[in-house]
Order: sequence, then structure tokens, then C-alpha cells
Amino acid sequence: MDIIVCLKQTFDTEAKITVKDGVILEDDVTFIVNPYDEYAIEEAVKWRDELGGTVTVVSIGKERAQEAVKTALAMGADDAIIVTSDTSLDSSASAKALYEVIKERTFDLILAGNQSVDQGASQVAVRLAEMLGIGHVSTVVQLEVSDDHVVAHRDADGTTEIVKGKLPLVITAQQGLNEPRYPSLLGIRKAAKKPIEWLSFETLVPDIANVSKAKEVEVFLPVAKEAGKILKGELADQVHALIDHLHADKKVL
Amino acid sequence: MKTWLIIADVKKDTLRQVTFEMIAKAAELGAQDRLIVAALGHGLTPVVNALENAGVHEVWAVDDERLAQYQPEYYASVIDGFVEKADADFVLFAHSAKYRDVAPMVAARKNAALASDVIAMTYEDSQVIVTRPIYAGKAFAKVALQGKPVMMTVRPNNLVADQPATRTASINTSALSTDVTLHTIVQEVVERAVADVDLTEAKIIVSGGRGVKSAEGFRPLEELAKVLHAAVGASRAACDAGYCDYAMQIGQTGKVVTSDLYIACGISGAIQHLAGMSSSKVIVAINKDPEAPIFKIADYGIVGDLFEVVPMLTEQLKQRLVNA
Ligand SMILES: Cc1cc2nc3c(=O)[nH]c(=O)nc-3n(C[C@H](O)[C@H](O)[C@H](O)COP(=O)(O)OP(=O)(O)OC[C@H]3O[C@@H](n4cnc5c(N)ncnc54)[C@H](O)[C@@H]3O)c2cc1C
Ligand SMILES: Nc1ncnc2c1ncn2[C@@H]1O[C@H](COP(=O)(O)O)[C@@H](O)[C@H]1O
Repeated sequence: MDIIVCLKQTFDTEAKITVKDGVILEDDVTFIVNPYDEYAIEEAVKWRDELGGTVTVVSIGKERAQEAVKTALAMGADDAIIVTSDTSLDSSASAKALYEVIKERTFDLILAGNQSVDQGASQVAVRLAEMLGIGHVSTVVQLEVSDDHVVAHRDADGTTEIVKGKLPLVITAQQGLNEPRYPSLLGIRKAAKKPIEWLSFETLVPDIANVSKAKEVEVFLPVAKEAGKILKGELADQVHALIDHLHADKKVL
Repeated sequence: MKTWLIIADVKKDTLRQVTFEMIAKAAELGAQDRLIVAALGHGLTPVVNALENAGVHEVWAVDDERLAQYQPEYYASVIDGFVEKADADFVLFAHSAKYRDVAPMVAARKNAALASDVIAMTYEDSQVIVTRPIYAGKAFAKVALQGKPVMMTVRPNNLVADQPATRTASINTSALSTDVTLHTIVQEVVERAVADVDLTEAKIIVSGGRGVKSAEGFRPLEELAKVLHAAVGASRAACDAGYCDYAMQIGQTGKVVTSDLYIACGISGAIQHLAGMSSSKVIVAINKDPEAPIFKIADYGIVGDLFEVVPMLTEQLKQRLVNA
């Protein structure tokens, strides 16, 4: 079972976002493995251990992405490919770069996150499956892998769809799929010796202008919400006042 | 003249409200354009009837047994056919489970731009500019979409149009004609226990956190929700603890909601939770800890025990409804 994991490095979910001159600042930001991709790595390592084969991590991003990649290697992935790009890429450009890397390889299964917590697009992995001409199952919360097929439980707005798919396939991980392991000390030590191949986005995708479709023209922060009113007095009066406010002032009741 | 193709958000045999929000916006921005709404599924007669006077020029439907359940490859193929036949400039989907899955498939096939989770949209010099949340709503991006077609998935409750369009449409219904090899097949669908009001479309949400302490603890919240016709949501801690289904989770790794009224009960207000709900219009916090960060973004706060406050709120609301 040769498995590829698509991994994106993202801002820590605790991170406060600051915008200066129309760009989001990266100073003082801690970077992490996109949380959904952690589920993907865990699942890949688990099935590799069960069925044999390899786990290869592919990440498109800035050079600092190697920190996230190393976490994946420490969790048990075998090797990695990092495609560096200094400009930020839209979903179709990221998918194209992943496609260029992956089409050259043999694989049985591709695991990815169902969304990146920065872009929240849920596009890259599905686009990749389409470009490769293979199927996909998204937002998977339970997975059973055998030699030539998978059975996946897909989370679809309050229902669970049980999907059977023929390999090769792309699977995207939803929260609840597993409990990602913490890298062990031994894992971290081993990761230092695992191979990382570096490629450049520009060589891989020379015609970026044709590939990119979405251009960010402005980034802004939501209007800061001000702390409102803490109600005072007897509880029954507070509740009464609350209903009055919601009805008369805010007109939401 | 441009062509707008709106993919109807069909749930069972009804249309979700977001369908009409998309139509109204398209009618407003593309007053001189051709408007098509297309539906796919099975047993679509009520849906088609509801769309006839919704304000578009044409209603297209592909009604087939094999579309009764969402199958990505059938859906992608049918929608791809719609886009092709319409020669569409703009394709709008709802940002809901099946359409957010199928939209990137179609976008890849058409080599097209796709913006997900769009909350606002303008149309300047024949270029579509959309606003979408990034970092789960901690920031927003305005994105210019290039090429033809351009596609987007639209968040319910957000696109507002000045007035509904009035028009009677021509109707064209057909059966699934394409032959598609399925790599994946949905074999079974299990309905999980979740409330009837749809979280992402709800005007009012009553949400519970670890403070509800048990599955039982959600009961008073459900009672309140019933009186308010609200949906019930949850924090991740409540889901993790097994008090409720993950489908109810709101936040950075759950659903992002923009309700008119959000009542947070026993939720501390972690940044990941705020990401999913802080753009709600009015926020009420009920928490026994006066220092809880949720109070910093709440319009109204009650410091107290939710098991006292919530039932009292329900009671008083009921009283007033009777008196009204
Ligand atoms: C990668 C990542 C993603 C995450 N994504 C999400 C997400 O999508 N959504 C999300 O919600 N969280 C998310 N979290 C978790 C988040 O960090 C918090 O842990 C979580 O939101 C806390 O939930 P809570 O407020 O219910 O629980 P707590 O923080 O434990 O707060 C419970 C609150 O209840 C109050 N309380 C207790 N008893 C009562 C009572 N009887 N009456 C009134 N008040 C009472 C307490 O004072 C306290 O403020 C994420 C975390 C990470 C690391
Ligand atoms: N730059 C990237 N490098 C590697 N994988 C990525 C990248 N961007 C997105 N992905 C994968 O695609 C998934 C969905 O991302 P998105 O479409 O941005 O929501 C992520 O969880 C990753 O698994």
C-alpha cells in the first residue's frame, strides 16, 4: 500500500490575525501541520503499518513548510517532497503542483485534509483527484482499507454515507477519523535522517499565469465586536430585560 | 449578455432558502442577463414547481432515480453538462455538503476558478469579485475570479438582494443520459440523531458547551430552541465529551454560522469557537464565570448557572408568546 499524504503548513489555530498594508503578517505566528492533515498522516501511517508499503508526504509552500513535514516524518511517514513557492498560491495552482509531482509516481491511495484552516476551501484535494482521473471520498470519519478498495464513512451534514471506492482514490479526512499521535523522541530522531526532496514550483508549473484563477485583491479584518452589556439584578429581571433588548432594540425576536 | 447558472440546493424534495438568495442576487447583478436555475435529483416535480416563478428565465431539471442519493461522479457529470449547455459565465452553488464536494470536481473539469463559502459578491467591469472568510472567519478576503466560467459556493443567509425577481420560467426536464463509470459508490446512508433545524440556515442558534455537562444537559437548550424555532449547536468540547453529535460543532473545525441571534450557554469563548460564530448579528452569553472570554464579544451577558437561566428564559418567552 503506497500512500501519499498532501500536507499543508498553516497558522496555529490559536493565532491572532494581523493585517498591515493589506497583507497578513506572519511575524510571531506559530506554524503547525494543518489539523485535518494530521488526521491524514495518522491514517496513512496506520494502514502502512498494517498492510506494508510506504508513506510519502508532499507539501507545497514556503521553505518553512519543512517544519511541518518533519512532524509528519516523526509521526512515521517515510519520505517527503517539498515544492517551494514564495508567492501564495490559489487552490488550482496548489492542485496543479501536487498533480505534477504525483502523476510521476505509483500510489494506491492519497490522503489529504478535508480543508485547510487558512483557506478553508475544500478544493485542492478534490481538484487533484479530478486531474489524476481518479475518484475521491471527502470528509471521511472512518476508513477501512484493503488491497484494492476502501470502505469509507463520509460525514455529510448530519448523515453518514457509507461509500465503497476502488483504489486508487483520494480520501479527505474529517475531524473524528482518528486520534493523531504525538511524535515520539525516537520518531523525531529518525525523522532527521529521512529523505526530503526539494523541487521548485516555478520549474514544476512554469505557466502559473494560466493556472491561477483567483486573485486576492484585498484582505481585511472583521469589525471588532465590542463587549456589550452584562445584565444586573435579580435573575428573573435580567431575563426579562434580555428579552426586551432582543425584541425592542435588536429586533431579533 | 452573460449567462448565470444557479444550481438549486435540493434537500430531499424541498429547496433550501439559499437557492432563492442566489437567484435574487443573480437577478440583481445580472438584470440584463440570462438566468438559469438547474436542479438534479429524483422526484423533482415540487422543486420545479417552486422554481417556476422564482425569478429566472429557465428552469432545467435532470430527474433520475440514480440521482436520488448524492453520487459525486453522477452529480459532477450532470452539472458539467449543465455548464456546457448553458455556456455559463457564472455558476453558483450552495455551500452545503454535496455541492461543496461536487463544485471543485466541476471546476477542475472546466479548468475554472472556484471561490468557496462566498458571503458577498459584486460585479464590476464584467469581473466578479467575491468576499469570503479566510482563517475561519478571523479575516476576510476579496477575491477576483478570472476566466470562464467562474464558480462559487455561497454561504446561506448572507447574500441579500434588494428585491425578489419576478418572472415566469420555461421548464425543461430530462433524464440522466450520461454513462459514467463510478469509482466510488454510496452504498448506505445512516441518519444520525440531529435536530430538525438546519444549523447553517438557522436565524437563531442556541449553543451548548462543556458547561452543559452531559447529553441530558442539552435538554433545556432544546426546549429553548423549540420556543424560538432555533437550531441547537455546540462547542467542540461538548462534542468531544460525547454530549452531542459532531454535526453540531460550531467553530474553526466545525460549522461557520452567521445567525441573527446566537445564544452561547456554558461556552468559554475559545478563539476556535469564536471563529465560527462571531459574525452572528447578536450574541448572548450565559456563563457562570464572569471572566469567561465569551463576554468580550457578547452583546448581552448573563452571569449565572445555565440550568437556572435557560429554563427561566424559556418560561418567560412562552409567557410572553401567550400574552402577545
Ligand atoms: C485545532 C483546533 C481546532 C478547534 N476547533 C474548534 C471548533 O471548531 N469549535 C470549538 O468550539 N472549539 C474548537 N477547538 C477547541 C477550543 O480550543 C476549546 O477547547 C473549546 O471551544 C472549549 O469548549 P467549551 O467552551 O465548551 O469548554 P470550556 O472551555 O471548558 O468552557 C466551559 C464553560 O462553561 C462554563 N460553565 C460550566 N458550568 C456552567 C454552568 N452550570 N452554567 C453556566 N456556565 C457554566 C464555564 O465557566 C466555562 O466558561 C479547537 C481546538 C484546536 C486545537
Ligand atoms: N500547499 C499545499 N500543499 C500540500 N497539500 C495541500 C496544500 N494546500 C492544500 N493541500 C491539501 O488539500 C487539502 C484541502 O485544502 P484546501 O482546498 O485549501 O481547503 C488540505 O487539507 C491538504 O491536504
